[in-house]
Amino acid sequence: MKELALMKGNEAIAEAAIRAGVDGYFGYPITPQSEVMEYLMLQKPEERTGMVVLQAESEVASINMVYGAAGTGKKVMTSSSSPGISLMQEGISYIAGAELPCLIVNVVRGGPGLGTIQPSQADYFQSTKGGGHGDYRLIVLAPASVQEMADYVDLGFELAFKYRNPALILTDGLIGQMMEKVELPAQKERTNKFDQSWVITGKTEDRERNIITSLNLVADLQYEHNLKLQEKYKKMEEDVMFEKIECDDAEFLLIAYGSSARICQKVVEIARGRGKKIGLLRPQTLFPFPTVAISKLARRVKGMMSVELSAGQMVEDVKLAVNGKVPVYHYGMLGGKIHSPEDVLSEVEDKFLGGY
Amino acid sequence: MTEEIIIAGFGGQGVLSMGKILAYSGMMQEQEVSWMPSYGPEMRGGTANVTVILSDDRVSSPVLQSYDSAILLNQQSVDKFESMVKPGGLIVYDPNGITRHPERNDIRIFQIEAAAEAARTKSPITTNMVVLGAFIKVNPVVDFENVIKGLRKSLPERHHHLIPKNEKAIQRGMEIVTEGKLTS
Repeated sequence: MKELALMKGNEAIAEAAIRAGVDGYFGYPITPQSEVMEYLMLQKPEERTGMVVLQAESEVASINMVYGAAGTGKKVMTSSSSPGISLMQEGISYIAGAELPCLIVNVVRGGPGLGTIQPSQADYFQSTKGGGHGDYRLIVLAPASVQEMADYVDLGFELAFKYRNPALILTDGLIGQMMEKVELPAQKERTNKFDQSWVITGKTEDRERNIITSLNLVADLQYEHNLKLQEKYKKMEEDVMFEKIECDDAEFLLIAYGSSARICQKVVEIARGRGKKIGLLRPQTLFPFPTVAISKLARRVKGMMSVELSAGQMVEDVKLAVNGKVPVYHYGMLGGKIHSPEDVLSEVEDKFLGGY
Repeated sequence: MTEEIIIAGFGGQGVLSMGKILAYSGMMQEQEVSWMPSYGPEMRGGTANVTVILSDDRVSSPVLQSYDSAILLNQQSVDKFESMVKPGGLIVYDPNGITRHPERNDIRIFQIEAAAEAARTKSPITTNMVVLGAFIKVNPVVDFENVIKGLRKSLPERHHHLIPKNEKAIQRGMEIVTEGKLTS
């Protein structure tokens, strides 16, 4: 039987974490994601599944607890919002360098700095290009509904363990605070069925000791390690996910993820109602990015517009995919203000539909 | 069918919980629903509002600038949202404390004396249920039975003894809602 609930996006992440059989959550409160830990604490997951939920003394401590626990092969996660995620960047770079699986959730708020508590999508660069130092990538998932908030927890761990790489759910206060109907996933057992050969749970006599580190002072070895990482990031392309809405006969294309994708869905509805052939491509993974799909669509549409709550970040990846074939525009609100469907539509009319 | 509703008033008037019960009611009749609150600094002591969408299809944007219905519980909300109701739509508002009443001619306008009713029955906590009753009477997007089911889902079990009281408040709201424009 389907188990339906009405819950906030943040709560859906927390409930899904318990059901995904997560071993540990380490976090520190910050608006607009505090409901994740609040919900976990209320649920007493230590009684439901044995999951550990711990409020650390800071974000830096949280991410390093994730680093340590991930090294023992446990399924562990943290969540925060933009300023807290910035604090975690050193740890994230170390985890990526040490090739450990974990899940990080960023419920983005307006920046820069402490900024505001309102929704924003201005952490795209930080999430997809490597917010910490070194040539590393995260698997970046972009849910656009409360249902996807729940679903992407399990998916995030699946991909994180498949590639032994941190996965990040990039969402914002809008999806985090909104309530929707959600079909809850079934409860999974809290057992690790993946390859345990690399974990540091004590050396056995039949093998060499495992070492988890991001330090390698021999340049040749670090060079080899980097090549291996790059190969892995390349392979991630096979897990690219996106949704096409009214793209088949579209003359103009909107590209949007997360909350902006929801707003753009309405834009497409209104435009189609007026007979205008507008489509929407919604990346569900931001890394890997749907470069090939966008590049193919660039051969038959007249123009594209990246709609994001930022000054124009994803638009750069869209432009790389389009490679000059058609004009690519950007539209977006800044600093926690949200564009309405009408705002986007008037920009679409201005850029695309003038000559209709 | 898609119904896009804005509910607005002061923090503490039960705006968010009314929206939540409405969303649950939609779920009880197998609809897709979304509930999006204003959660900014304004919710701490100022105006609170929530957008509720009930739909037979997947809900697109939870962020809207025009609405089918508006439930407005203070002057600021009337001033802000009256112009954002779609032509042919409706406003349900509590005239208590309102000095400039809604005046559009292309929408239907209803009054619900919820604050007065709460004062009369000495039951301020069911004020929002009186308003909800008025709303489902004039705009039956959700059935009464589904609202009660929604209420049951929405309230924590320790508060279930309050359901009959809330049910009565909803029925009272259905009885006393009136239509027409008041002059300021």
